[in-house]
Amino acid sequence: MADRKQKKIRGRTPMPHQDPQVRAGNFEEVALGYSREQALIEAERCLQCKKPLCQEGCPVNIDIRWFIACLVDDDLEGAFNAIRRTNSLPAVCGRVCPQETQCEGRCILGKKHEPVAIGRLERYVADTYAARSACEEVTDLAACALEREDVRVACIGSGPSSLTVAGYLAGRGIKVDVFEALHEPGGVLIYGIPEFRLPKSVVARELDGLRQLGVTFHTNWVGGKTITVQDLLEQGYGAIFIGVGAGLPRFLGVPGENLVGVFSANEYLTRVNLGRAYAFPNYDTPAYRARRVAVIGAGNVAMDAARTALRMGAKEVSIVYRRSEDEMPARREEIEHAVEEGIRIRCLCGPLAFHGDNQGRLKAMTVQKMELGQPDESGRCSPVCLEGQTEQISCDMAIIAVGTRPNPILLEATPDLKLNKWGYVEADPETGETSMPNVFAGGDIVTGAATVISAMGAGRRAAREIAERLL
Amino acid sequence: MGYTILKKEELIPGQTTMMVIDAPQIAKKAKPGNFVMLRVSEHGERIPLTIADCDKEKGTISIVYLVVGKTTAEMNTLREGGRFADVCGPLGRPTHIEKSGTVVCVGGGTGIAAMHHIAKGHVEAGNRVIAIIGARSKNLLLFCSELSSFCPEVRIATDDGSEGHKGFVTEVLQDILETEDEVAEVVAIGPVPMMEAVCRVTLPFNVKTTVSLNSIMVDGIGMCGACRCTVGGKTLFACVDGPEFDGHKVDFAELKARLWQFKEQEEESMELFSKECQCHGR
Ligand SMILES: Cc1cc2nc3c(=O)[nH]c(=O)nc-3n(C[C@H](O)[C@H](O)[C@H](O)COP(=O)(O)OP(=O)(O)OC[C@H]3O[C@@H](n4cnc5c(N)ncnc54)[C@H](O)[C@@H]3O)c2cc1C
Ligand SMILES: Cc1cc2nc3c(=O)[nH]c(=O)nc-3n(C[C@H](O)[C@H](O)[C@H](O)COP(=O)(O)OP(=O)(O)OC[C@H]3O[C@@H](n4cnc5c(N)ncnc54)[C@H](O)[C@@H]3O)c2cc1C
Ligand code: SF4
Ligand code: FES
Repeated sequence: MADRKQKKIRGRTPMPHQDPQVRAGNFEEVALGYSREQALIEAERCLQCKKPLCQEGCPVNIDIRWFIACLVDDDLEGAFNAIRRTNSLPAVCGRVCPQETQCEGRCILGKKHEPVAIGRLERYVADTYAARSACEEVTDLAACALEREDVRVACIGSGPSSLTVAGYLAGRGIKVDVFEALHEPGGVLIYGIPEFRLPKSVVARELDGLRQLGVTFHTNWVGGKTITVQDLLEQGYGAIFIGVGAGLPRFLGVPGENLVGVFSANEYLTRVNLGRAYAFPNYDTPAYRARRVAVIGAGNVAMDAARTALRMGAKEVSIVYRRSEDEMPARREEIEHAVEEGIRIRCLCGPLAFHGDNQGRLKAMTVQKMELGQPDESGRCSPVCLEGQTEQISCDMAIIAVGTRPNPILLEATPDLKLNKWGYVEADPETGETSMPNVFAGGDIVTGAATVISAMGAGRRAAREIAERLL
Repeated sequence: MGYTILKKEELIPGQTTMMVIDAPQIAKKAKPGNFVMLRVSEHGERIPLTIADCDKEKGTISIVYLVVGKTTAEMNTLREGGRFADVCGPLGRPTHIEKSGTVVCVGGGTGIAAMHHIAKGHVEAGNRVIAIIGARSKNLLLFCSELSSFCPEVRIATDDGSEGHKGFVTEVLQDILETEDEVAEVVAIGPVPMMEAVCRVTLPFNVKTTVSLNSIMVDGIGMCGACRCTVGGKTLFACVDGPEFDGHKVDFAELKARLWQFKEQEEESMELFSKECQCHGR
């Protein structure tokens, strides 16, 4: 008995990683994934709580205790089915979810020890099980014909929220058409989150699964331009789901921001990921080359931009953030990985101005030093300027990663769609329905920039409602 | 399969080409002033090109491009029957066209193509359109006959005087502004220095002047901010707020600097490309 207890409070099984020195020079995945042995050892740490708090912490309510129990029994299929019942993108979520604030943040073991590594186990299950045919993965049946060609649903945008809607409805025999403005489907999973964190092959696998279920992806279709919501309704789609994300980047509004060498994180990441600029000149899209890079902001987007810049050959990369390290919104793991790779973190300073040379190219940035004040409405300590204390940082590239605003294209073309005071789409929190009947919305275009799993949660709620109405 | 090149015509050999592309969905929605983002191939860059014309019945759009770098040079190797990997649009705000009286449309170089689509829109709206087109020499003028077919007043300026006025389009414009009673609007599309010069000419006359900004774009749908420009002291996105703006408010110096951003890589691309065999198995 004592022996057993001893075993259970063992620390988390570490994740094997590519060596920081090596990986800073390549785009291959950083975290390598558990082996079967490592997964079993980690699964055995789970206490199998009577009232599993971990599940409550999961936005799509995965039966975590159950899937871990299956793993302990070496029943991979059972584990996979348990996850897949509520999560259609486990290989993605296992990699990018902020587990520390969700399932793992609630795990009872975390009170005194380290929580069970639920995310790593989820990834292990999804990756290992993927050898099976995609159609089997989702429905546990061999490739199935569509049952209801007459019931059609259109999704606009192809990020995680739309993919969830498509998967859920296609699994129930509904014909789903996904309209994506870019030339590759996947949303942020493709153009934003870099290869070294979420390989494109993992996303491609999930997309193939959906194709096999009969989902059709139409790329280069811009909702509101090439096709409007009204057009889709007229074409007989029974329901429309809007999952266009929160696109439009925010800038700081400080002098010099449009100098050559100052980029939004979206531009930088889109060039490198979607345009494959890391393989330039093999691919034509160029990315700016720089030696000293400053990234402004400290969310996941900022971490991704900084680590990408390092891999693109920058000699020195720093994160410039106006609060302290404790307030950084990025996932802990990503901050740790960034620091290991040699990225410098400069806290408590915010940009005041960018300075250029006589050709309009960035050469330095002035920052205002800050200290922490009282907590603001976000619950985080607010930064307060230290009057007169500024510093010049020399840099030849700056990447701004301070958030996004709603993208106007679809919204302007759909005047009947009611927006909230921040300009995002108003949708019923239970069903996702908007002010237009049978038009649903979810993901970042409703909540503002959030997470993959919350976008999926919204997709799931909308899909359930759509299925109920149409079937 | 869409995006097939139905017609290719070299307007000025090796320099300016027109293509008619099968793109029914885009043609259905296209309005003057709109543009598309296209990729030649899987390895290609997404680049913006103005929809120079469209035929809603046939489901086609026309583009006219100037060969300046790798992508446009590669486009020149495509032949009729070939197809683009992607064509996405119509993007951007269409030109604001209303019945307003006399409108002067100024086009320079490849910009004449885009200008001609807008001039057509103004004629259809019942405006009196005076078109001014310019080039270095007579043989570099585009769209003369197309323009003349619907626009009764077409003025020409060539640097060498081989046709029309000897000199710049701005001199012709100055002349018109001095002699015409009421000019409601001037629209200028062409190289940045030309648009900037047009704005300098119209400013003292206090005439509304619209320019079309050809800033560097990545997605063309407002997600990246690459195309941002300063207009009236505010940062706006050419792809979703434009591409047409009030020329008197545009920071042209900034636009010019930003157009040079990727010069080194563009040169590298072009050099590699010109070394490659371009016969494509022909
Ligand atoms: C760099 C980066 C890193 C991130 N890291 C994490 C992370 O580690 N963990 C995490 O949980 N979350 C992370 N996020 C956030 C997460 O990716 C988003 O919250 C999530 O992707 C939102 O999903 P969505 O379905 O709302 O749409 P998105 O993923 O934003 O996709 C929207 C899609 O719609 C398309 N679109 C836009 N307008 C139109 C239109 N008019 N017509 C047709 N298509 C259109 C877009 O091209 C895009 O493909 C990150 C985000 C970024 C940018
Ligand atoms: C709204 C809009 C409409 C346009 N319409 C036309 C048109 O009808 N006909 C035409 O000939 N050209 C047009 N252009 C310009 C055209 O997009 C560029 O000439 C083209 O991208 C050059 O690509 P390249 O690879 O051949 O040249 P590169 O070697 O890549 O670049 C040469 C120059 O082209 C510009 N450029 C490069 N990449 C881009 C990019 N992604 N977006 C915009 N400009 C870029 C830069 O000034 C650069 O210095 C338009 C641009 C915009 C923004
Ligand atoms: S809370 Fe932690 S220990 Fe309890 S069931 Fe969930 S994962 Fe296992
Ligand atoms: S081209 Fe990306 S925002 Fe305009």
